Formats: sequence, C-alpha cells, structure tokens
Amino acid sequence: MADMQVDILIIGAGPAGLAAAIAAREDGIESILVLEREKEPGGILRQCIHNGFGLHRFEEELTGPEYALRDICRARELDIEIQCGTTVLSVSPDRVVTCVSPETGFRRIQAKAVILAMGCRERPRGALCTPGTRCAGIYSAGTAQRFVNLEGFMPGRRVVILGSGDIGLIMARRMTLQGAKVLACVEIMPYSSGLNRNIVQCLQDYDIPLYLSHTVTDIRGKERLEGVTVSRVDDRRNPVPGTEIDFECDTLLLSCGLIPENELSLGAGVQLSPATSGAIVNDSFETSVPGIFACGNVLHVHDLVDHVSNESFRAGHAAAAFVRSVPGEASFISVEDGDGVRGTVPQKIRRNADANVSLMFRPAAVYRNSTAVVSCGDRVIMKKKAMIYTPGEMAVLELKKEQIQSMEGDSITVRIERS
Amino acid sequence: MEQVITCINCPVGCRMTVHLSDAGEFLSVTGNTCPRGARYARQECTMPERMITAVIPVEGSACPLSVKTATPVPKKMIRDVMAALSSVRVSLPVSAGDVILHDVLGTGSDIIATRNLP
Repeated sequence: MADMQVDILIIGAGPAGLAAAIAAREDGIESILVLEREKEPGGILRQCIHNGFGLHRFEEELTGPEYALRDICRARELDIEIQCGTTVLSVSPDRVVTCVSPETGFRRIQAKAVILAMGCRERPRGALCTPGTRCAGIYSAGTAQRFVNLEGFMPGRRVVILGSGDIGLIMARRMTLQGAKVLACVEIMPYSSGLNRNIVQCLQDYDIPLYLSHTVTDIRGKERLEGVTVSRVDDRRNPVPGTEIDFECDTLLLSCGLIPENELSLGAGVQLSPATSGAIVNDSFETSVPGIFACGNVLHVHDLVDHVSNESFRAGHAAAAFVRSVPGEASFISVEDGDGVRGTVPQKIRRNADANVSLMFRPAAVYRNSTAVVSCGDRVIMKKKAMIYTPGEMAVLELKKEQIQSMEGDSITVRIERS
Repeated sequence: MEQVITCINCPVGCRMTVHLSDAGEFLSVTGNTCPRGARYARQECTMPERMITAVIPVEGSACPLSVKTATPVPKKMIRDVMAALSSVRVSLPVSAGDVILHDVLGTGSDIIATRNLP
C-alpha cells in the first residue's frame, strides 16, 4: 500500500528532528527522510533571533537562526534528505506515515522507525478562561514573534503581555525595540517562570512593570482590542475586587505555557503522560508503540535547546539501533515521580540499558539548598544537592549504566528532599 | 552609594548590593554566592553592556534579515544602535556572518547577519 519505504522517518526539522537525523546518519543509516511543514528547516529557532542559545553545546552564545544553521549545515554535509512544505496527516501504529505536499501530492510512506519531533505549541486563549470580547489584537507571544521576526509585520502599538514566560519577556523587548509601547507584563503567579536574565534585560532595561499575582480580568473592544483590565489575585488565584487597573491597548500577547503537540502521536496509539503531556518513553526514547520514538519539545517542554539536541542525538542513535536489530523482549524498571518532582522522563528504563541514562524532571516548587534523591525501595541510588531546584529549570540526574544493571527492584522513585 | 541588583548568571538569582563611590567607581559587592556574581555586579554597575539583536527589512525579500552586534555594546546605546539600523540598506544575497555595518556608532562592534537570505 505504501508509495515508498524508508528506514527512519523523522517528523519535524527543528532542532530535535535535525539532531536525531544527524545521529542516525552518523550511525550509518542510509535511508532517512525528514518531513517539515514549514518552507525551511530550523523549527522555532528561525524566529528566535535573540542570543543565548548553544552555551552548553558549543560553549558560545548564538542566536536561534545561527544555532539552527549549524545543524542544517551538518545535515547537508551528511546528505540527509529534508522535504519542506510537507504536512504529515497521520502516523499508523505499524509506522505508515501519510503526508501531503504541493510537489508530491498525497503519499503513504512505510518506515522501519519513526521519530516524532514536532515540538510544542503555545497555550491558546481558549485554554486560559479569559473573559471579555473576541476582538482582534490578541496573539500568542510566539505568533507575534513570528510576525515581527520572520514576516516583518508589527502586530500593534500599545501592548500588554499576559504571562511572564521567557517568550513573553523576549517579546516585551522586541516590541519595545521595534517602536511599540509595552505597558505591563502581568503574571498570575507570585513569581515569574522566566529567566532572571530576561526579567532584567527585557523588562527592567526598558522600565516595563511586572505585575506579579495579577491577571487579566476583562478584555474590551469590538473589532480591535481597545483595552484590558488587570486585577490582583489572592493566594487561590481569584481576582480581588477593587484592585482593577485599566490599560488602554491595541494588543494583548499571551505567554502562558507550552504544550507538546501530540495529535499525530495519539493517532498512532502512543500513550501519553499526564504529567508531561508528551509520550511515555523508555531510556532509548521509544514510546509505547514499538519503533516509534519521540524527542525534543514534543516529548516534554525544555528550557534550553542544547538539551533538546542532546536528547535527540540519543533518540536518533536508538532509532538507528532499532532498525539494525530485532530487539529481544526487554524487561523494564519503571521511574516514578516522588515528592516535589513532576514529569520525569524517561518513565521506563531497560534493565540491560547499554548507556548512561539522564533522568529529566521539573521540580514542583522552588527548593533551595535541597537534594534530589533517586531510590529503589529503601535503597538510595544517587543524590544530587543543588543551591536551587526551581520549576523554571529542568533538573537532570545522570544514572550510570552500571547502577541500572545492578538494580533489583521493579521501580525507582525520584524525589526532592529539603535539607 | 548603593545599588541593589539581581544576578542573572543562574536561576538562584542572588540579590546583590553593590557599593559605589560618589564618582560611580566600584568599591565592593555583598549578597553574591559565587565569583561570577561579583564579576557581573562590577560590570553591570560600572559599564553595563548588552548584545543587540534585530531584524532589517530587505528589498526583494518577504522575510527580513536577522542581525546582531558582534560583541556587546554599551547599554545606553541600545536606542541609538536601533536607530542606526533603521537606515541600513541590504542587498541580496546575504550569508550568516556577513558584516552588514562596520563599527556601529564607533562602538567597535560590527553588525553581522545571523541567517542566510538567498
């Protein structure tokens, strides 16, 4: 039934898909196809023109397009086929990928292994329960970033930003430098989830006020946004009457979190984790469906692209190993979230893991001078102390393969202990 | 003279108090927990610098050109550098790393392209 066959098919040519493709080709896999919806590879990095990328991987500070270009050039050197302008419609559990593009029309491609690398999307207005009218002028921060940086349009002149995630902060500065007036950045939590560096260099540098424990309680405008009302919230995040501040603005940007984009994964029967909204994977980044792998922000939302690349190299190597050999029945150790820990990836580790495994998770709150502990029953396997564990920064614990191979129980638990 | 700043080097975000002479010279810093914090405090309170990134419209291209300063420039010059960029004309093709403007406003920093535009 398939129109063509490949060994490894990768969905998405952002940093995750590119790294996975490079790793698989370096392992000697000849038949690799990367499908990309946009007209160029690079993913979200294309619109992230600010610097700060690559410090871990390249030990220098690059802008997003520069970081992407390094992987694109490497992929070209390795003669990896990337088909842009191609939208994947579905993935079946037996790894038949259906896609369309203007050049090649409708195709079915049978792959020996599929790597899901579709990234994430922003939480939209509909998921935020914001009141008010449905007028124009309300954008997710990333959409505005695309308009300004890739398409050369300014979405508005007087701006309020809801949410203080890094994209919102970065856009506060971008809009200001492009001549807009950013009136306020409004955060419902008592702290910002953005980097300190972005609070200082994107808000404070331009005297943009950050309203913590505040949210938008009214949106006004018929055709176009005319203004928003911002109110303080109590410790249960309910608006406090009498604390309203009105802002006259034509633009509201939403920076309220990212969600892995898993529609295709669900169609393939891939099991998702409620904690990460991404696939449940083992230490080789294989999902619950054999031969389907996931890496990057489609698996769990990262803070740093460097970590996306490193994870995706591992996924690429694992997919290469999968197409080379028929794996035997594996026996797994499950990984559980303990106190203070959310969304540990991978959720399963093969008992005979052939490499070290990075356990990645998000702290559930801010813990200062605390210790992350991995235990198997009563036995502590490893401890890592840090000055701070915070939800804004993914924590990583590296388990040695010898530690894994000598484990006796069926599960391990990751938790944070206050000291 | 005292100035309170937040360290940006890591998520700990130490609140540091920087002591400056009346002439604005760095005297000492407290509240930092590592040498990187002290270095940042001295720099930020005496000669703050920023990398600037921006996009420039390009005739004949639907997509603007992303650019950056090759090195950080004085923070107080951000607006001036942006203004200087607004009058730059770019002709295609451009490759990442190409110098778009030499020594912008005498800062010693070039403006360079961060992407290819064919």
